Amino acid sequence: MKGATIGILGISKAFGSFAALNDVSLDIRKGEFFSLLGPSGCGKTTLLRIIAGFEQPDEGSVTIDGINVLPLPPNRRHANTVFQNYALFPHLSVFENVAFPLRLKNTKNSIVTAKVNDYLHLVELGDHAAKMPSMLSGGQKQRVAIARALINEPSVLLLDEPLSALDAKLRHHMLMELDAIHDKIGITFIYVTHDQSEALSVSDRIAVMYQGDVLQVGTPHDIYESPATNFVAQFIGETNMFEGTVRASMGQMYVLDVDELGRVVVTDDRIYEVGERVSLTVRPEKLRISPDEPRVNGRSDINVFEGTVDEPIYSGFQSKYYVRLSPTVVFRVFKQHSDYTDEEHDILWKERVHVSWSAKDGYIVEGHRN
Amino acid sequence: MQKKRFSFSKTSFIASMVFLFVPLVVLIVFSFNANKAPVLTGFSLVWYQRLFTSSRSLWNAFFTSITIAVTASITATVIGTLAAIGVHWHKFALKTYVQAITYIPLVLPEIIIGMSLLAFFSGSHFTLGGVSVNVGFRLNLGWLTIFIAHATFCLPFVYLMVLARLDEFDSSIIEAAHDLGATEGQTLLKVIIPISMPGIISGFLTSLTLSLEDFTITYFVSGVSSTLPMAVYGQMYKGGVSPVINALSAIMILGTIVLALLARNFLKYIAANG
Repeated sequence: MKGATIGILGISKAFGSFAALNDVSLDIRKGEFFSLLGPSGCGKTTLLRIIAGFEQPDEGSVTIDGINVLPLPPNRRHANTVFQNYALFPHLSVFENVAFPLRLKNTKNSIVTAKVNDYLHLVELGDHAAKMPSMLSGGQKQRVAIARALINEPSVLLLDEPLSALDAKLRHHMLMELDAIHDKIGITFIYVTHDQSEALSVSDRIAVMYQGDVLQVGTPHDIYESPATNFVAQFIGETNMFEGTVRASMGQMYVLDVDELGRVVVTDDRIYEVGERVSLTVRPEKLRISPDEPRVNGRSDINVFEGTVDEPIYSGFQSKYYVRLSPTVVFRVFKQHSDYTDEEHDILWKERVHVSWSAKDGYIVEGHRN
Repeated sequence: MQKKRFSFSKTSFIASMVFLFVPLVVLIVFSFNANKAPVLTGFSLVWYQRLFTSSRSLWNAFFTSITIAVTASITATVIGTLAAIGVHWHKFALKTYVQAITYIPLVLPEIIIGMSLLAFFSGSHFTLGGVSVNVGFRLNLGWLTIFIAHATFCLPFVYLMVLARLDEFDSSIIEAAHDLGATEGQTLLKVIIPISMPGIISGFLTSLTLSLEDFTITYFVSGVSSTLPMAVYGQMYKGGVSPVINALSAIMILGTIVLALLARNFLKYIAANG
């Protein structure tokens, strides 16, 4: 596999009194599609700029294939960047923008032509070589920026929110193309985004960042299903979060006394003490909503609560319900529209409903103090 | 048929065109007048003939003006461009003060600039605690002092025009150039200078015009040298402008129009190509 391993060890960076990164360490594998995900101001872009060489960290080291790159200027690192606002050279044609890195090295004209055409072909811009950047759409500009960043054959491609300026449909399309390009050339991609759905759909692994710290590193599945902290649980997708106390354990099944709600069962393979305070998260799509009481056939691993629909929201492919289970507890429930299984009528505003979920669909968040 | 309505924008457009161009047309028409008096009597090329055969001092002044305009504009353009690039992309102490102070020459009356430059070139000095402190250079007034004065007052115009152009671009372009392998020097030559070019050209052309037409400042620092505006003023002072000046002006108007069209096409080309 091509690409490089990147080692980030104990990186700290402050801008004045603002700590952008606190002792961040990450190991990024060869050829991995690695995402840095977090809200704005979490330090993800600063970390990317430190890897690229635009910023120097106050402490720590960055290695590419084991070699410390901090003393090297950006033009001497085998990492190239795709910028958020494309950063195309406005005075050069598409062809010359992509050829720019080769021209700097005084590459022979025939080689330049062949190589630039190859890379324009890779990003499906073969027909636009002669155009100026000002004549291109946002998506096309982004492709030029990608081709230009790849032509030096870097071992790492750094992408700084490359899709944030595009509209939703194009964004999804470009994301799939980025994924295809990654599969084709196989180098390491480090992708900075604040959009959790982007990160979940293409990454091999994701680092979730918040206020200069890495909260969790894991596969999209790990991060979605087993969030390490309350913040991760709430930032990735939508969820319902509760605080509660462990009342009893039966093997891997725990009985919790959830504040303002009552008895909830949850399975977890980790050990919790009776009396311990924990956070519980349940994803809205794992909840079942029905007007009638669900038939649980005596199973003890199903949680059932009754409540009132505060707000039904129709959003095309699914409906979202805010269900009030107690004066202070409101559940978010997603319901897919798959009529053939639903013998019931549509659920209406102010209707009494039952919300139920299986113990294995709940998850105890460990770092709940965060 | 609908009666034509009074259009304010059309009327004011026509009025401003008339005020702008009628004097120029009158001047060109009178350059072909057979009579010296401001009365049209017939067509003649006599003033053009006299301009090219027997107006030595006028031509000398003209060439002095052109030489100074070109050299001072090039000097102002080089220094102003580099200053704008430096101030735009580099952080340094007192940056905000430097930016504020560059506007001063634009709003300062020319007569003040002229007087201060004259004081500077006369090698002004004062005594402080028994020690003589020089605050200027003793230079003989003439070609060199006019050149320095013109380069000086053109500089802020170039600086501001280049800066305005640079403000349109995000610094990520510079980072992208470095990222793609360019050294500082390559970034300057292959990215920063080319994208600043419209600003540099406008600054240079503005400098040319300002230098060619300047009278007040030049008057203070010229010594025995004479530029074209001074020569014209000198003639007026001695008893009326000769129609030879009209002929020269007509030629210069033509030259200016050609230059302006070239500049316009160049800027359009730049705009179309990014």
